[in-house]
Amino acid sequence: MAFVLAPEPPVAEWLAELDDQIGRSEGFFIGRPVVVDLGALTLNGPELAGLVADLRARDVRIMGIENADPAALGPGLPPLLTGGRAAPSLVEVPNPQTPGRPAAVNGPQPPCLLLEASVRSGQSVVFPGGDVTVVGSVASGAEVIAGGSIHVYGALRGRAMAGSHGNARARIFCRRIEAELLAIDGLYRTADDIQPRLRSRAVQAWLEGDVMQIAAID
Amino acid sequence: MAKVVVVTSGKGGVGKTTSTAALGAALAQGGASVVVVDFDVGLRNLDLVMGAERRVVYDLINVVQGVARLSQALIRDKRVETLFLLPASQTRDKDALTEAGVARVIAELRDKFDWVICDSPAGIERGATLAMRHADEAIVVANPEVSSVRDSDRMIGLLDAKTVKAERGERIEKTLLVTRYDVARAARGEMLDIEDVLEILSIPLLGIIPESEEVLRASNLGSPVTLSNESSAPARAYIDAARRLNGETVEMTIPSDKKGLFRLFGRRAA
Repeated sequence: MAFVLAPEPPVAEWLAELDDQIGRSEGFFIGRPVVVDLGALTLNGPELAGLVADLRARDVRIMGIENADPAALGPGLPPLLTGGRAAPSLVEVPNPQTPGRPAAVNGPQPPCLLLEASVRSGQSVVFPGGDVTVVGSVASGAEVIAGGSIHVYGALRGRAMAGSHGNARARIFCRRIEAELLAIDGLYRTADDIQPRLRSRAVQAWLEGDVMQIAAID
Repeated sequence: MAKVVVVTSGKGGVGKTTSTAALGAALAQGGASVVVVDFDVGLRNLDLVMGAERRVVYDLINVVQGVARLSQALIRDKRVETLFLLPASQTRDKDALTEAGVARVIAELRDKFDWVICDSPAGIERGATLAMRHADEAIVVANPEVSSVRDSDRMIGLLDAKTVKAERGERIEKTLLVTRYDVARAARGEMLDIEDVLEILSIPLLGIIPESEEVLRASNLGSPVTLSNESSAPARAYIDAARRLNGETVEMTIPSDKKGLFRLFGRRAA
């Protein structure tokens, strides 16, 4: 499963918004294959090559291009993809038209994704639209990425990345902390940096300025 | 109509092939007609453990490709007449399996047998996903140690995503078989407790198979452990697991090999 980026004209502004998002969620694109949907643009060969080079310079790994003029593609460019399906089940594609727009803080209540089963190893839950609540555990090797807060009513053994679209007020709550990595708005702490005395306790994590605080909520 | 069961684990070397053979033989001894299918194309082992390696003429790939009929490839066990083996190819690899071909073979096997037990290869690529694709039930095999448990967790996630049953919105029944369990090491904290494993994997327990030298002896003899030495601890554990697979309620115990009486007398004599 890959993320789809759909650039809109003017391309320079879209690239600036993309930079904004990358700045706020460091490492968001690392290791993620990306498909670029060129349906909203008409590019010739050199323009397409330029866009691909711009994206590669931002460490965006392009595995394929959709809705491009086949004549514009050539050797050295990613392949043309057809027949992509929207992914079923847990992975949701971030809204490509508005990268980097922060979650509304004083607006209407943002939606919440509720999962009533544990998240298994290797599964990736991505919900930029708001909070994610898991009634169950998040296994080692699994990850939950939310635009809002993350609530785990079980053991958090994998990675939790809250506030992924620039929400510094997001928090992470869990019944048992055994996490591999916690991140809020791009600032992260690995398991090594989480105090041993907190291990396996119920905790919440939040940001105070640029520092992540983790405290027990027993 | 048969039940198609996949025996999978993610991690290699935990006991999928041993368990496929042992459970298949135990079910067949109970009177059911059983076929065990080796999906580990290129690294086949099920034929060795079943003691049929010198009688393989045609294999799963030949049947998938239409080169041979199913009846030509199936090998009947010499000890239990309702037990059959469909071996894998040793010269090809997993890319030779096609989805359509596997679907056709499984459909044909469903008509002929009561149980179709698919021995999955290790890993999460094509061989493993094709082995699980048409399963009605899954037996997830894990050793009570961290790498095996995490890999099994991944497999459970894949079972809920990549099987035909899951794609149709139905639930695929998964049970856990803990193998190579060493009671002493678990007590010393060197191995995970059964409770720890169940807490992480959250699927019902099918059985606990103790670590035993009998398993290697049986495989060297070319026999499923439930046929070579029925009274050994692993065999008794597998027979209990087969009964649970059949729907019976059997109390969960961990059989041991110790001969308690002798030890008692030995101490008294001193």
